[in-house]
Amino acid sequence: MPLDRDPADRTYKVVGHRHNRPDGIDKVTGRAKFGADLAAPGLLHGRILRSPHAHARIKSIDTSKALALEGVKAIVTAADFPDHPQVLEDGELTNIRYNVMAREKALYDGHAVAAVAASNPRIAAKALKLIEVDYEVLPHVVDVELAMKDDAPILHDHIRTEGMEDAPDCPTNVAERIELGYGDVEAGFAEADVVIERQFRTGAAHQGYIEPHACLANISGDGSGDLWCCTQGQFMVRDVCAQLNGMDVSKLRVTPSEIGGGFGGKTTVFIEPVAVALSRKAGKPVKIVMNRGEVFRATGPTASSAIWVKMGCKRDGTITAAQAELKYQGGAFPGSPVSMGAMTAFACYQPKTLKAIGWDVVTNRPKQAAYRAPGAPMAAFAVESIVEELAHTIGMDPVDFRLKNAATSGSKSAYGPTYSDIGLVETLEAVKAHPNYAIKLGPNQGRGVASGFWFNFGGQTAVTLNLNIDGTVALSVGTPDIGGSRASMCAMAAEELGIPYHHVQTIIADTGSLGFNDVTDGSRVTFASGLATIEAARNAAKVLCERAAKIWGIPADAVTWENGCAVPAGPNAGEFPPMTIKELAKKAGETGGPIAGHFEVSADGAGPSFATHLVDAEVDRETGRITILRYLIVQDAGKAVSPAYVEGQMQGGAVQGIGWALNEEYIYNDKGVMENPGFLDYRVPVASDLPMIDTQIVEVPNPGHPYGVRGVGETSIVPPLGAVANAVAAAVGARPEELPMSPPRLLKLMKEQAQPLAAE
Amino acid sequence: MSQVHVTTKINGDSTEYLCDADETLLDVLRDRLQMTGSKEGCGTGDCGACTIILDGRPVCSCLVLGAEAEGRSVETIEGMANGEELHPLQRHFLNGAALQCGICTPGILVAAKALLAQNANPSETEIRYWLAGNLCRCTGYDKIIRAVQSAAAEMRGETHAA
Ligand code: FES
Ligand code: FES
Repeated sequence: MPLDRDPADRTYKVVGHRHNRPDGIDKVTGRAKFGADLAAPGLLHGRILRSPHAHARIKSIDTSKALALEGVKAIVTAADFPDHPQVLEDGELTNIRYNVMAREKALYDGHAVAAVAASNPRIAAKALKLIEVDYEVLPHVVDVELAMKDDAPILHDHIRTEGMEDAPDCPTNVAERIELGYGDVEAGFAEADVVIERQFRTGAAHQGYIEPHACLANISGDGSGDLWCCTQGQFMVRDVCAQLNGMDVSKLRVTPSEIGGGFGGKTTVFIEPVAVALSRKAGKPVKIVMNRGEVFRATGPTASSAIWVKMGCKRDGTITAAQAELKYQGGAFPGSPVSMGAMTAFACYQPKTLKAIGWDVVTNRPKQAAYRAPGAPMAAFAVESIVEELAHTIGMDPVDFRLKNAATSGSKSAYGPTYSDIGLVETLEAVKAHPNYAIKLGPNQGRGVASGFWFNFGGQTAVTLNLNIDGTVALSVGTPDIGGSRASMCAMAAEELGIPYHHVQTIIADTGSLGFNDVTDGSRVTFASGLATIEAARNAAKVLCERAAKIWGIPADAVTWENGCAVPAGPNAGEFPPMTIKELAKKAGETGGPIAGHFEVSADGAGPSFATHLVDAEVDRETGRITILRYLIVQDAGKAVSPAYVEGQMQGGAVQGIGWALNEEYIYNDKGVMENPGFLDYRVPVASDLPMIDTQIVEVPNPGHPYGVRGVGETSIVPPLGAVANAVAAAVGARPEELPMSPPRLLKLMKEQAQPLAAE
Repeated sequence: MSQVHVTTKINGDSTEYLCDADETLLDVLRDRLQMTGSKEGCGTGDCGACTIILDGRPVCSCLVLGAEAEGRSVETIEGMANGEELHPLQRHFLNGAALQCGICTPGILVAAKALLAQNANPSETEIRYWLAGNLCRCTGYDKIIRAVQSAAAEMRGETHAA
């Protein structure tokens, strides 16, 4: 759906202003119901038994003692998820089934092996201890490069490397090879005056949402039922749970709770199909709530990576060649976001030649899940490190160097398509003009810049808007609200209908009440649900005009909708006073029945969003601690519908990136068991770690949306890894090649860098 | 196992309940009293989502046993607003977009209330250290800190109600 013709001239009455969100009061008073907040009469509590081994054959499972315990009502294992044809036809569904309940082998520490439903959580915990599993422990591998070796322990016998013509016909952990690029990179390097290459590594970071996964399933004797859960996509949950349990999709209704953070990690299922199976077996409602250890061990962090980048430029700054090889491990099943990494790596620039190769690798770690701009931050870390180094080497200001090579509106993107209107240059210029760029730094302090890109998605979207008897509006959307999107939907509907913001109430509909919607991901909600909301409102306005025309006895096309009223369109239509939405709502029964507007679409035209971050950091040379002194985010939002929430998305993403850069990673012992599955040892940023996070919103309208909106949620996590690394490199005079830059790693880096200096 | 009988005051009201000896106060609040405003993010004292005020001091209710509340006074998020009238912190969090998903919000509001009760004019650094035990993964803390500052200013009478 194209941009309305004159967005720049348009003055918005509701959109772009600050409004309180519809769910706000409930969330500050404790009334909002999140995943774990629902109860039901006769409720049973489910718990999951998890593998203590990184890789083990399951020889047998004996549940008899657990079943005999008083209060235990049902136990399920892989045998309760048989080979339904719809599962076997779909490779990803087969993998999800294996992930939610281990079959022949447990593939990682924390892999679900059996589940119990009991009358209270303490009995359920006791019952888990009575389940006897006979494991044959197998060799394991958790490192991406070790997993690619010929003699690595093999996870799946059926995997052969896709995307390689000469792949040997024997089992491997390398699920896929991808390649993209253009031109002759060797010629590009030959043309360059400076060539720099480095090998980088990043740890696996977890989304770290504060709300653990939680659900409540209630399946009745006739095989139909309800599921309540915290998810980024109730329709996805319904489809997957029904199919894994051999149910008709129509038999399961999924209601999304308020969601306590997701960041991509709740775009799949873990406990939900198990709760459905337990509830069906026990004939009672079953609630499963993960504890934090389970969240870390058994849900999806993002991939860890090993990335090699080589780039060359001329003395004038022109990048002549860009090359990368990216190896991502995505846990125990294929599907790491390596192709996104390869596509986004150089997307901010226009190198003359380009070649990127990606490897998708399986290891004995939990199946990765999407994490905010999946695959992009680690690639950007590697590329932005080299970009900064090239700029310094040729003596060019790093922002000017980026400007010299920046992707611009109408340029061809590094991954193929041609960009429509984009705002990278605007973000770079804003950073250069910002006072932070001129602040003088002290000793052991450094400044870093990095840019970042994210595609943004549209996807399948359905929205329904109903007019109430008093002229207020009930809007149903199917995309869970993870960051205040209901407020934006209210604003867009109000804007179109010309009514006050608080006359629109937006709800997130259950799967029985609305058409299919893709999960909330790809920063798609404000864009796609917003676009559908605008179109649904326009459809409703059309109906309102028809009703007014009927009342006035004039043709429908002689009426237009203005400022919340139907008005005759032009002098020939006749003289009638404007008819308000309230009057029309009241007369709906006599003029043709309920008034509604709906819209269904596979939205495309989600314009990409670019950002540039500027960070000042200080290094404590004795302890290796890094302090973030200042942080500035400049990002293109197209059109900020709710500016305060756009800023919030930018700040939240940046701080997650800072955590990834400085502290967060999965640490494994030599048995492949995660050593830090809790917030004490997996350290996410806390308030005292951070300064205020400055933001500046740039608005380059997206030509694919009526108001010019772009998704903003994901781009903000792309630049911080590189920006912080560049600041640290400037502070210590050595380049961090491995994230996170935890104190021991930084001390080692400083020591290694000090040695050659001492020898000189 | 026989249960423990507890008499305590919750948000000013005398309350009695039975709980298991090993049951946390958080579980009692949530599962037995249906006061689900306090959240469990970790169960190990590391996230602060379960913060309540016990005899005037903020504590992680996941680290307190239900039985320990005997004879004491408990304040939770459910007791923060006075009927329809929000506490200034609640109002400033809403107006300042200091919450996104909102799962951390009850714990942070309760912890911030305890801070302002003992320090009416905390510096930014004092607020940041006081709230260091309350994780928020959505906001990056910026708007939370500002909301606490502006609520504190209003409570000191320096600004008008937001
Ligand atoms: S649940 Fe109590 S501190 Fe996290
Ligand atoms: S608002 Fe989501 S964790 Fe704080």
